[in-house]
Amino acid sequence: MKSKANVREYAILIFFVVLFVFFSVVARGFLSTTNLINVARQISLLGIVSVSMTLVILSGGIDLSVGSVLGMSATLAAFSMIKLGFGLIPSVLITLGVSALVGLVNGLLITKVNIPPLITTLATMTGVRGVCYIITKGVPIYGFKKGFSVLGQGYIGPVPIPVVLMVAFFIVGYLVLNKMAFGRHIYGIGGNEEAAVLSGINVAGKKLTVYVISGLVAGFAGIVLLSRIMTGAPTLGTGFELEVITAVVLGGVSISGGEGNLRGVIFGVLIMGALSNGLIILAVDEYYQWVIRCIVLLLAVGLDKNSK
Amino acid sequence: MAHQEVILSVSDVSKGFPGVRALNGVSFELRKGEVHALLGENGAGKSTLMKILTGVIRKDSGSVRYDGRELDNWTIEKSQQAGIAMIYQELHLVPNLSVAENIYLGREPKRGLLVDYKKMREDAAAILAQLGVSLDPQAKIASLSVAYQQIVEISKAVSLNARVLIMDEPTAPLTNEEVSLLFDLVRRLKASGVSIIYISHRLEELAQICDRATVFRDGAYVDTLDVAGTDKATFISLMVGREMTNLFPPRSVVDPNSPEILRTENLSTRKVRHISLELKRGEILGIAGLVGAGRTEFLRALCGADPITGGKIFMHGREVRIASPRDAIAHRIAMVPEDRKKQGLVLGMSVRDNLTYPNLDRFSRFGFLSPRSILARVSETIQQLRIKTPSDTQRTIFLSGGNQQKVVIGKWLLADPEIILFDEPTRGIDVGAKYEIYCIMNELKSQGKSVIMVSSEMPELIGMADRMYVFCDGRLTGQLSQQEMDEEMIMRLAADFSSNGSSEFREANPRENAI
Repeated sequence: MKSKANVREYAILIFFVVLFVFFSVVARGFLSTTNLINVARQISLLGIVSVSMTLVILSGGIDLSVGSVLGMSATLAAFSMIKLGFGLIPSVLITLGVSALVGLVNGLLITKVNIPPLITTLATMTGVRGVCYIITKGVPIYGFKKGFSVLGQGYIGPVPIPVVLMVAFFIVGYLVLNKMAFGRHIYGIGGNEEAAVLSGINVAGKKLTVYVISGLVAGFAGIVLLSRIMTGAPTLGTGFELEVITAVVLGGVSISGGEGNLRGVIFGVLIMGALSNGLIILAVDEYYQWVIRCIVLLLAVGLDKNSK
Repeated sequence: MAHQEVILSVSDVSKGFPGVRALNGVSFELRKGEVHALLGENGAGKSTLMKILTGVIRKDSGSVRYDGRELDNWTIEKSQQAGIAMIYQELHLVPNLSVAENIYLGREPKRGLLVDYKKMREDAAAILAQLGVSLDPQAKIASLSVAYQQIVEISKAVSLNARVLIMDEPTAPLTNEEVSLLFDLVRRLKASGVSIIYISHRLEELAQICDRATVFRDGAYVDTLDVAGTDKATFISLMVGREMTNLFPPRSVVDPNSPEILRTENLSTRKVRHISLELKRGEILGIAGLVGAGRTEFLRALCGADPITGGKIFMHGREVRIASPRDAIAHRIAMVPEDRKKQGLVLGMSVRDNLTYPNLDRFSRFGFLSPRSILARVSETIQQLRIKTPSDTQRTIFLSGGNQQKVVIGKWLLADPEIILFDEPTRGIDVGAKYEIYCIMNELKSQGKSVIMVSSEMPELIGMADRMYVFCDGRLTGQLSQQEMDEEMIMRLAADFSSNGSSEFREANPRENAI
């Protein structure tokens, strides 16, 4: 007997294949190597943060602050390097530290003050965005040394470094979720928190860890983004959290927690990337792209939920 | 009897569920303006019959006549329209709406598109006045005590012109004064011609409020008696009078010199008070009592799920602190909870993942799971407990109740506990699987582990326990040795009715001669 998880994964895979074949046929140039590498690069940050968001959602939570943390990380790293004149390594360490701190604050508010994750991270999303503007005084920061661009713009062989990083994150995420006790604990907490508590799992501690990871990963993605565009603008990552959540949900992860896996999320991310790239090649009016994305999301999740 | 007119008559009604015969040709008759008690142990079929009357489930066979007509294709809506209302143990009110809004929820009086609050308030006030209750129709439900919330439910039923009112253990959550308030209300309803089916475990209440009583046992009708002139002992023997064949595996005798492993001194939580008892190595200790007597809460205190507000716990003679389930597990105390689906299992996860869930850290090296040792122990446990599952990757949601329960037990056996707490270990499990679970408990005992078992099924307690404590109303009311256990004695201590309804503690005589 096939388990339900496999059937659901299957549905999202088929959906991706159909979309892919459709664009390959109708969108000239979609299937070219250059374009596919381009798509991969475009989705790399989305993919990286989707891994940590999968952890958060599997644990029964949500993290809306990742877009703001990504923006804060980019502006803070820029500020540290350009305005304070710190070196690369100290700037990155400071930035990652502050990003993790935001995650820690989220986690503490959720586990100790018992504010629901949605509200907690909605609040920190707003607050951290404010920090982006405070750091930059509303003006983009640029003027980096050329060497800094390697992380976001470099290649290993034909593959862009951000894509390599994304693959690495998926592998690590897979190992954590499936091969480590921590990952199994996360599934159990999201699936039935009461049973997890009664099983002696340190539920609060695990959740705290999940939000710290989420902040840390979003911060890392912010540094990669800064290296790619070489400008620390306060608006970076606005709305990014919703794209990430969309990809994760598209990938079959239950928004109420406990169900789903990273293999599905890979396809969720790929669908997002293929869709926006394909629509651009087809020169669909950007205004209409929003509507089409809405339809695709509802269609994919609708099919998925009813394919049981 | 003043009122001989019959409003509801149930004859030869049967109802089966997969694997269980819940009702077996039962009969029941309710007269107009009568308060009729329905008695029986848990699982006797009372709730099943009530569900049939309120249209929640359909009967398989037999006849129900209400107000002179046959009830066929009965539904919840039809039963409401016909004036059959049920006051459930768990109230169904919206806490943040007012009394009046709750009474008229879903059928608010309107003026055009808007709710006519004035009329709603006046109508609600009229009903409350008719019931002789002084209650502000504008008060929020959340601000009321449980007793008044219950009254709001009753008012709602009255506003729906209820002619038959079913009350399921209405006094269980009430204080003594609140009970008399409720009884006054019941008498007024009765005087106005409403018929009441009264379900209660508190036998001392019968004489105060009920006219007749019908007893069910194991899904079958036993007898109907006038309450006046029948003593409680008669009801008890009717309720429990069942012969026990070998439903239970043979058991070994506990070594009388077996050392004490656990002791509580005046242990108190929000729900239990001053519990002092001890558990020996290699014994099965039973805890009896009615629903709500604090049995589950006592186990929850021992396993760290409920905060302890007073008293001490000793293991091997040394005081231990148990503030969380983690602490309990560290002291090798494990709990097989009452509700395996909500508290025991992560239903969406596989048998393997559930079995290893509390023990993952022991199966890990540097945080990474060691699949080989997991697979070995998992398949060992599946065989040992004879868990019927197509594979260890099967999701537990697809297993039968008995096999789900075995998974919950299995996950704790892998944690190698010294003490295992079982709360209603065989609830909702068919007879065959029950026997297997009993065997597992005896096996644990023979391995030198100790078991505390809470059960509402008295035969099960008597058949399994080496020694027994009885709880009533959050207190320990007695202790029985294996020779002293009989259902009547247990019922006496559990209902604590030898104290004539007063809350005075009565030292049960078995206490001395048990040890």
